Amino acid sequence: MATLNIEPNITQSDDFYEALIESHRDLDAAQSQMVNAKLVLLLANHIGELDVLREALRRAREGIEAVRDH
Amino acid sequence: MTPMSQDYQKLELNYVRPTEFGARTSSSTRHPVIIVGAGPVGLATAIDLAQQGVQVVVLDDDNKLSNGSRAICFAKRTLEIFDRLGCGDRMVEKGVSWNVGKVFFQDDHVYTFNLLAENGHSRPAFINLQQYYVEGFLYEHASRLPNLDLRWKNKVTAVTPKADGVELTIETPEGNYTIEGSYVVACDGARSPVRKALGLESKGRTFRDRFLIADVKMKADFPAERWFWFDPPFHRNQSVLLHMQPDNVWRIDFQLGWDADPEVEKRPENVIPRIKALLGHDAQFDFEWVSVYTFSCLRMEKFRHGRVLFAGDSAHGVSPFGARGANSGIQDADNLAWKLRLVLEGKAPDRLLDTYASEREYAADENILNSTRATDFITPKSEVSRLFRDAVLKLSKEHPFARKLVNSGRLSVPSTLHGSALNTPDHDTFSGFMLPGAPATDAPVSVSGEAAWFLNQTGEGFTALYFAGADAIDGATVAALNRLKYGAIAVKPIVVVPQGGATRLPHGLMSIEDREGWLAQRFDACPGTTYVIRPDQHVCARWRQFDPSHVEAAIARATCNA
Repeated sequence: MATLNIEPNITQSDDFYEALIESHRDLDAAQSQMVNAKLVLLLANHIGELDVLREALRRAREGIEAVRDH
Repeated sequence: MTPMSQDYQKLELNYVRPTEFGARTSSSTRHPVIIVGAGPVGLATAIDLAQQGVQVVVLDDDNKLSNGSRAICFAKRTLEIFDRLGCGDRMVEKGVSWNVGKVFFQDDHVYTFNLLAENGHSRPAFINLQQYYVEGFLYEHASRLPNLDLRWKNKVTAVTPKADGVELTIETPEGNYTIEGSYVVACDGARSPVRKALGLESKGRTFRDRFLIADVKMKADFPAERWFWFDPPFHRNQSVLLHMQPDNVWRIDFQLGWDADPEVEKRPENVIPRIKALLGHDAQFDFEWVSVYTFSCLRMEKFRHGRVLFAGDSAHGVSPFGARGANSGIQDADNLAWKLRLVLEGKAPDRLLDTYASEREYAADENILNSTRATDFITPKSEVSRLFRDAVLKLSKEHPFARKLVNSGRLSVPSTLHGSALNTPDHDTFSGFMLPGAPATDAPVSVSGEAAWFLNQTGEGFTALYFAGADAIDGATVAALNRLKYGAIAVKPIVVVPQGGATRLPHGLMSIEDREGWLAQRFDACPGTTYVIRPDQHVCARWRQFDPSHVEAAIARATCNA
């Protein structure tokens, strides 16, 4: 069973980071939301395995207190 | 020339004074089974039991069949059950067969799905047929069965469980009377008076949305395909669903949103522009039915309460995207009838009926899960849910993976009853889908030299399916197969011979020829492979070699006699 890789695996991490921020240039908040959502789906498909994706979702949610009755 | 269709929506059935009326006895007449509700599920249960020799009383509080726009999509598995109930041909002949669905987003066609991608099945993936036709055909068949007593304008007003039965108080135009059933099957719909009478509830969630459902009579060029639009130009930011039905009637669903006012939206002057936007401004059509619905997914915690069993909408409800309502109700009937019959005949213990509840509760959960997921995609319940839904749709134009995520309904398929106690777990290795608990799949065969379908050879009780090779079967196997007919619970042995194989066997042992080789392929069979199939055509056991003691054990297990 594959597990989520949390060790460094991005080939040029600073280049990636800049590209990520750049990809939102001149977009308003709603547009950025849509870009992020599409990116999640595209990358999720590339990863493919449900167990790995569940692990990623779990880590993404970690440390964020849910607001009750929103 | 076919005779003019009966208008089943206008059919009025006769109230007949019940034989028990005014009888001067201190106790109620006892019946083996009383079914409450003569809708599709009640009628299917009644026909199934009556055909197996069980005497049935059916009570309906009305004297008419359904009218308007109710269930329309009847799935392949349901058609197979209708075949077993002697009504399949009529349904398919009148219905509109379809296999293909198309999904559109804005101006683009993004996705096509084919629900029956392979040949070699007797029935299509779906037929569309108005519920009043389904009820009409079932009713006409039921009225010809001698041990099926249909009582119209018999309204159950009280339900009193007793030690070994259930007493029902019934109101008729001529006053009240009581009868008792050893078992009562409540097929009395979403608002189930029987469920309420027992103080029970069906619980789940309601989707915050409203849908305008219109049945429109018109001549139109659309093909017999299920078409679903997200955010089309003619209905911005909402969904539309289009289905072809018989008699040039088209079913159109318009999503309206939670804030829509149902009374305002139903008015013809508000519906007509929506339909014209879809069809074009010169479109000619008439309304057969218009209504606004809100959908829910809900179920009873348990489908069995003592001697009362709940089937169909009384037990579980789903939103319609996926057509899992009436179809799962008919599958409930399919699961229940053979079990009730064995219990009433003393051939199985009462606890076999517990497995009706556990198997169909399991299936209901699967149907609710799939219907809920589809409805959440069509009616996202939060901002972020809507965001991802729209992201999927945007990606679907050019990304194949996103098309798979588009959910306008995961159409009804019968459950494989994983983990059911009635299954004999596999000890041998098999590939494919015919695992214990799975509904047996169809295949083209030949019987006595005539083209036929595999599933039609099963369903009258248990079946033992033995795949013979090209060589003659030895005498001991023939004798052992034949002896299965005479067990305490009779099993019908069927020998499958390969294409061109010899089909005459001693002792009148039935053989069928695997005409295209697809039966063996679909069952992953090689010579000696043996399957045991339940009366509801679900697989319950299989092995690589035939051993009569294994078959006997599997039957005992499948009937709670182990």
